[in-house]
Amino acid sequence: MRRLRPRPRIRATGRTVAALAVGATALTALTACGAAPEEKAEPGAKGVKSSEATSAADFGGLDKLVAAAEKEGELNVIALPPDWANYGELIKAFQAKYKVKIKSENPDAASADEIAAVKSRKGQKRAPDVLDLGIAFARSGAAENLFAPYKVTAWDKIPAGQKDADGRWFNDYGGYVSIGCDAARIKTCPETFADLLKPEYKGKVALNGNPTKSGSAFGGVYAASLANKGSFGDIQPGIDFFGKLKKSGNFIPVESTPATVEKGETPISIDWDYLNAGYADQFKGKGVDWKVSVPSDGVYAQFYSQAVNKEAPHPAAARLWMEYLYSAEGQNLWLKGYARPVLLPAMTEDGTADKTFVTKLPKVSGTPSFPASDELDKANATLAENWDKAVS
Amino acid sequence: MTSAHPSAAPAPGAAAPRAGGRTRRRRPPRAWLGALPLLVFAGLCFGLPAGALLYGAFTRTDPASGATEVTGEHLHRSLQGPYLTSLTGSVELSALNAALATVLGVLIAQAVVTSRRGTLRGAVLTASGVLANFGGIPLAFAFVATLGISGVVTRLGHLDTLGWNLYSFTGLTVIYLYFLIPLMVLVVVPALDGLRPQWREAARNTGATTWQFWRHVGLPVLAPSLLGGFVLLFGSAFAAHATAAALVGGSVPLVTLKIADALSGNVLVGQENVALALSLDMIVIAGLVMAVYLPLQRRSSRWLH
Repeated sequence: MRRLRPRPRIRATGRTVAALAVGATALTALTACGAAPEEKAEPGAKGVKSSEATSAADFGGLDKLVAAAEKEGELNVIALPPDWANYGELIKAFQAKYKVKIKSENPDAASADEIAAVKSRKGQKRAPDVLDLGIAFARSGAAENLFAPYKVTAWDKIPAGQKDADGRWFNDYGGYVSIGCDAARIKTCPETFADLLKPEYKGKVALNGNPTKSGSAFGGVYAASLANKGSFGDIQPGIDFFGKLKKSGNFIPVESTPATVEKGETPISIDWDYLNAGYADQFKGKGVDWKVSVPSDGVYAQFYSQAVNKEAPHPAAARLWMEYLYSAEGQNLWLKGYARPVLLPAMTEDGTADKTFVTKLPKVSGTPSFPASDELDKANATLAENWDKAVS
Repeated sequence: MTSAHPSAAPAPGAAAPRAGGRTRRRRPPRAWLGALPLLVFAGLCFGLPAGALLYGAFTRTDPASGATEVTGEHLHRSLQGPYLTSLTGSVELSALNAALATVLGVLIAQAVVTSRRGTLRGAVLTASGVLANFGGIPLAFAFVATLGISGVVTRLGHLDTLGWNLYSFTGLTVIYLYFLIPLMVLVVVPALDGLRPQWREAARNTGATTWQFWRHVGLPVLAPSLLGGFVLLFGSAFAAHATAAALVGGSVPLVTLKIADALSGNVLVGQENVALALSLDMIVIAGLVMAVYLPLQRRSSRWLH
């Protein structure tokens, strides 16, 4: 999904990363451990199988859905880091509320890994039930028919541009590209992309990874493009901007992580506002005074999306998880992690949004707009082609 | 095993009957059974992935219809633009590092072997064993903490004024040498131990200079191990990934980083097959290195007989 800590290198065996990955897949396929038991068709109130239910009503109401989920008793999640958007607390709270045990696999996985897990473990009980994906992967996965359509109770409150019409994926939470800065080490913190070019920031500006791989770094380049007369359809000005930063020596290609932030190696880090705001809490009293600002010249927001695996081994638990995430309680827990849940506008209106958390969010003006599918594809292609050239 | 049977291997199936009247030197026909576990292991852990890799590199599956067709486009793409740059970048970095580490490793190993102190030898070999296996993110972060922009050594020595930058080709070279040199020391110490002092004495007595001794005796004897060491180091550097990923992102183009981007990222969709094609390119390059190395090694080991 996101924060990528590459696996430790296996050296002196001469095997490549790829061979390992493919090998693992092939071996998994070969030793199909634990094929999923045939689902006993337990028709709900309307005679719909759990795996075909498209709403809580198909179960005969939320209580019936809870009963069916608790009967399964387990839920497989993947790529949910506990320190990301407050997922750790969400998982704890869900387990406390329902008698469903969550098995969290590979918290630091990327979206591509999630899709690979869905494909390679088809029909096994170890397959992930629910997914949290980057938007491009949500769309391509829906096109490949990997997701089950499901509409949560709050479906109508999700803005139209943020969900698939059939309910195969729907946005969950998002954030803005922000500039985090250690005020203990930097005299005046930059507040716009234009500021970053100042010579006083030499050797101080980092991204959270490589934008051809990391979603937040990609967002950073997109925002920089918007700040430099680019558009959703044209990310090149953003690439050029970082090229300029690299030439001036301001940009350092090291991947900013909590460790580099704490050490002061990456005193200025461009990242999602919910991660930067989380750092501010995490490092309070550790000699790091982490300030977060959303640059006014390049406002770019991006959401992640939820989807239910079509072949989920625990179909009812998967749907209950969705209902929980889109309940006021679940949405507020994301909000507590500084992420902006998709129902925030609706919840602000009806007063269910927790005000203490809302006031803590980094300030942003205006409403976010989102790139269309084809614009995203174009931006990805341009980036893959030109990023290395610009920064090497 | 008390059985004096030449073919005591537990044969699962019925073995072929022993052919009589053959020459003695021929191996018993069931000797290959002894290698069966190795063959099975290699088939599973190497053959299978290699097959999957080949299949993926040359096919395309249409996501909508699920139809699969054979295509050369992935391979074509993997040899173009940024992908090609990353391949050449990896080969340059690996070859340079392997060459440097071979030379430096041999010098250090020679110093250790000829030192009169057993403690030094033990210490260096132990340290080499540890450092040769030090890699990945911990190694990257250790260097960030010491030689990064706000690193301890950088600030004490004011290295930034000298133009030092860890996040560059040069910086990466220093880090790679950090684990490649110890690896070379480990590989080459036994070979250096094999240079008998009597040979040097014989060369001296017949009036050879030190240079002549190395030129005509020492290096030819060592050549197979040096070549083997170089190839091992090249492979190590070529396949390295995590350290580079943490340090240089996209600013030093390396093929392993490109494979990771395509195979497991949040940005690029549908590039998995290009990643497989890139892996295939890596295998071909490794194969070419071996193709050069094997004949050379055969030639150089002739001098020993």
